[in-house]
Amino acid sequence: MTPTPSQTVGPFFGFALPFEQDAHAVPASAKGAIRIEGQLLDGAGEPVPDGLLEVSRGDQFARCRTDVEGAFHFTVRKPVAESGGPFLHVTVFGRGLLRHLNTRLYFPDESNANDADPVLRLVDALRRPTLVARREGQVLRFDVRLQGEGETVFFE
Amino acid sequence: MSDQKSSHEDYEPPYLFPDYRSTELRAPKHRPVRLPNDWFHVAEGPVFGRIPVRAEDADLTRQHAGEPLGERIVLSGRVIDSDGRAVRNTLVEIWQANAAGRYLDPVDDHAAPLDPNFTGAGRCLTDDEGSYRFVTVKPGAYPWRNHTNAWRPAHVHFSLFGPALASRLVTQMYFPGDPLIPLDPILNSIPDQRGRELVVSKFDLETTIPEWALGYRWDIVVRGRRATPRE
Repeated sequence: MTPTPSQTVGPFFGFALPFEQDAHAVPASAKGAIRIEGQLLDGAGEPVPDGLLEVSRGDQFARCRTDVEGAFHFTVRKPVAESGGPFLHVTVFGRGLLRHLNTRLYFPDESNANDADPVLRLVDALRRPTLVARREGQVLRFDVRLQGEGETVFFE
Repeated sequence: MSDQKSSHEDYEPPYLFPDYRSTELRAPKHRPVRLPNDWFHVAEGPVFGRIPVRAEDADLTRQHAGEPLGERIVLSGRVIDSDGRAVRNTLVEIWQANAAGRYLDPVDDHAAPLDPNFTGAGRCLTDDEGSYRFVTVKPGAYPWRNHTNAWRPAHVHFSLFGPALASRLVTQMYFPGDPLIPLDPILNSIPDQRGRELVVSKFDLETTIPEWALGYRWDIVVRGRRATPRE
């Protein structure tokens, strides 16, 4: 059977897809809860204000619409790694994206495990840092650049 | 799993499709990195159970005190995977403009009236046969600023999860016979006429409710665990 083709999420999903506590895969008060903050940027470095991101791994799922600054945030627990570095699947939707994009978020305090990660090792070493969040005070920073300089690595 | 080859053709749109101008600064320049099937495509899909689904979410005509204006429709179909199996108990989310072509979204500035009795968002879970069913009103066409005198054909947005990570699908469903279909760059980003037909529903007398609502059927195929990644 031929898969139904993808179409863009469009700009007008903000009244429909968000749900209560959608960005919180775990409550912010949960033990080990980590806040992730990032910005979705286009090929001109401009914020994408009509994007939607989802993160998932194991029993965790969260969804966040970008704001006018292209900013998104999540609250997650670090997943348990099966092999290599622990990571979250990240799915990116937006106006202008006829198909969604898949990427991964790895954790900066896992450099040994990340070095041994079979997926990271498939990626050009120069582009690998786009997949690893940065520690910024109390939060992890993870920007997604759709195009151009510092373009995030996407997977299929 | 990696020895299994898909038997179907693929009609996915490209990331860059200049007729749809918003793709120009948002399409990645690099090719996606291909992962082995069993690392990614057969990985379990997201646990979407935190997304609330109430019984009334499947009837978009009964979410307010009064009834929405417009042509009442029953929109139903089956969700199957590309291996032909029913996708049971998966979440289907829809959203759409009202009958006048206006979304209840602060970003929508089209000068058409809002309908106080219509939100335009629905959710349901598929049953044991993979079937879904919504009652709603037919959305109106609306203008957009992609090019001079650009109008989107009437459409309903769909979001589905399915069994695997690779099954995730966000798409749009169109209505048969819409004269705007051949003019729409978003629909026509699908590279083949056979692919474009896959996103157009069929009028269906069988599911039409006499003296109440017109029936439209649309079956959806999500990528199964054996399907190869999209090209």
